[in-house]
Amino acid sequence: MTVETTARPVLMKGNEAMAEAAIQAGCDAYFGYPITPQAELLEWMARRMPELGRAFVQAESELGAINMALGAAATGARVLVSSSSPGISLMAEAMSYMAGSELPMVLINVMRGGPGLGSIAPSQSDYFQATKGHGHGDYRVPVLAPSSIAEAVDLVAEAFAMAERYRTPVMILADGVMGQAMEPVVPIYRMPPREPAGWELTGADGRPPRILRSLHLQPEDLEAHNQKLQAKYAVISEREVRWAGERLEDAEIVVVAYGTAARVARTAIERAREAGLRAGIFRPITLWPFPSRDLAALAPRLRAIVVVELSAGQMVEDVRLAVEGRTPVFFHGRTGGMVPTPAEVVAVMERARDATSAAASDTAVLR
Amino acid sequence: MTTLAPDTRRLIYERPELLTDRSSHYCPGCGHGIIHRLVAELLTEMHLGPTTIGVASVGCSVFAYDYLDIDFVESPHGRAPAVATGVRRVRPDAFVFTYQGDGDLAAIGTAEIVHAAARGERISVIFVNNGIYGMTGGQMAPTTLLGQRTTSSPAGREANLAGYPIPITEMLALLPGVSYAARGSIADPSAIGRTKKMLRRAFDIQLAGGGMSIVEILSTCPVGWGMTAPEAMEHVSKEVVLTYPLGVMVDRMKDSPTSKDKDEA
Ligand SMILES: Cc1ncc(C[n+]2csc(CCOP(=O)(O)OP(=O)(O)O)c2C)c(N)n1
Repeated sequence: MTVETTARPVLMKGNEAMAEAAIQAGCDAYFGYPITPQAELLEWMARRMPELGRAFVQAESELGAINMALGAAATGARVLVSSSSPGISLMAEAMSYMAGSELPMVLINVMRGGPGLGSIAPSQSDYFQATKGHGHGDYRVPVLAPSSIAEAVDLVAEAFAMAERYRTPVMILADGVMGQAMEPVVPIYRMPPREPAGWELTGADGRPPRILRSLHLQPEDLEAHNQKLQAKYAVISEREVRWAGERLEDAEIVVVAYGTAARVARTAIERAREAGLRAGIFRPITLWPFPSRDLAALAPRLRAIVVVELSAGQMVEDVRLAVEGRTPVFFHGRTGGMVPTPAEVVAVMERARDATSAAASDTAVLR
Repeated sequence: MTTLAPDTRRLIYERPELLTDRSSHYCPGCGHGIIHRLVAELLTEMHLGPTTIGVASVGCSVFAYDYLDIDFVESPHGRAPAVATGVRRVRPDAFVFTYQGDGDLAAIGTAEIVHAAARGERISVIFVNNGIYGMTGGQMAPTTLLGQRTTSSPAGREANLAGYPIPITEMLALLPGVSYAARGSIADPSAIGRTKKMLRRAFDIQLAGGGMSIVEILSTCPVGWGMTAPEAMEHVSKEVVLTYPLGVMVDRMKDSPTSKDKDEA
């Protein structure tokens, strides 16, 4: 079902747009704890959810919030939690339990600078945590990275659909800019259809009891459970990869960037083209599953790849793994809440071109 | 031909419908079995099976779902009251309880239980205090008695090193969100009967729309305590009750009636 609430663009703040998108997607329950730069999301839910007769609890901590989500999800409810980096670290424990118990949930991380208390300014330094980390054990969580507010609205609905389709937590990895910036958008809200789950707890009325758990004490049982999870992750990797490309047709140098970094990169490639450099963008939308295959297919015809992140270099590792040394990979990142400028990105692209030009080919020292 | 006298036998003890027919993994003399039975009896007598969602915690009793024939969700260690909050908030008609040990509730899960209580969550908490971390091999718990030897307090718990036993149920009873708080034991048959009454009252209060109802149950861990089963029972009724006195700490719903025991009906 697609609901277009307004034909004219409205000015929306990222956090609020994502909150309203969740509401329109049929979110039954929200649990959160205040933290900058995502507090407006919690505040929006505090007002809207009770108004609609849905569940809202400001928890005692992020541990409390995500475990409330675990309980609500166990009954088949559509559940959202949100936080920012330090809070996500606390939620890591329950992420692992929810993956193990196969409970759907959408979790929004509006990233801020770290490590530790870090800063409240935007960052992309939780890429490792989101795509390879958080809790213990062999599990994966789909990670969706919006790069505009309109896209964030769309991905929230998609995240609920994916969470239920695969019985898994799904993470939306936004950053402080995505959360705080205001943008004119024509929000297109979607309510994913509700399928009867068949596993949810409702009370064992006229059917055998159901148990939702992650504990499997017998090694044979736990291995079988892990194999089932891995098979599910293989299907997700096969079917759910998303990315967007711009000006790739004739590109010789491609910037790989997601979220806010991709916005900077867009300006940078236009400037680079004005300066005669054929530049394009490859923008992963799913960070896990990472669009490795498509990037690998593109790489051989490129002179160089430039990865731009608001981090000391995290996604760049997945890019290198994807291209397997076939294409030189350069990196530019800023940390601590600093955002790379288009001029910086153009400079790195030029350096990449020079380092890979015929004259420099054999001796170039590649970072 | 002989005529048989009319059969006057009466069935006075049977497996409650909601207790599964399987052999227990609990150690001989462990109190969890008795408490599981009480819970199963009450859920059966009160016809709660079809609406109950149980919330299991981490400890020896994580396997409660193997013995109670109802829907169950498992929580991370200590988080059961938060998980139960989530269940409650989207399932207003469900009967919701947590079953937690003292390590789970009074150490790692202190924040979750205190805030679920402060919010007055309409859930029942079955809090099994055996004064020790049973599942991990008998280490000291926050509830361990002063002087008690455990694998992590080999010389006996000393206040200057490890502080004092936490009377957490008394602390919770101070909160207006807690409608009922009581402490029973399973050390002898009459104590078991009184504990069952407390649990019934706790369940009634949830059904009547009250806030949190919590029953702490002094239980045994003969293996962890280095005692025989009878010694462990005697230890509860003679020693443990001195630190943790039995009785009802608060009943904020005195006007709300208690349902009838099946034997009194
Ligand atoms: C986060 C975390 N820390 C530690 C453990 C290990 N652990 C399992 S059970 C338990 C304590 C259980 O003690 P209690 O709650 O008193 O229950 P009992 O086993 O005595 O019935 C601990 C520490 C765990 N599972 N998870």
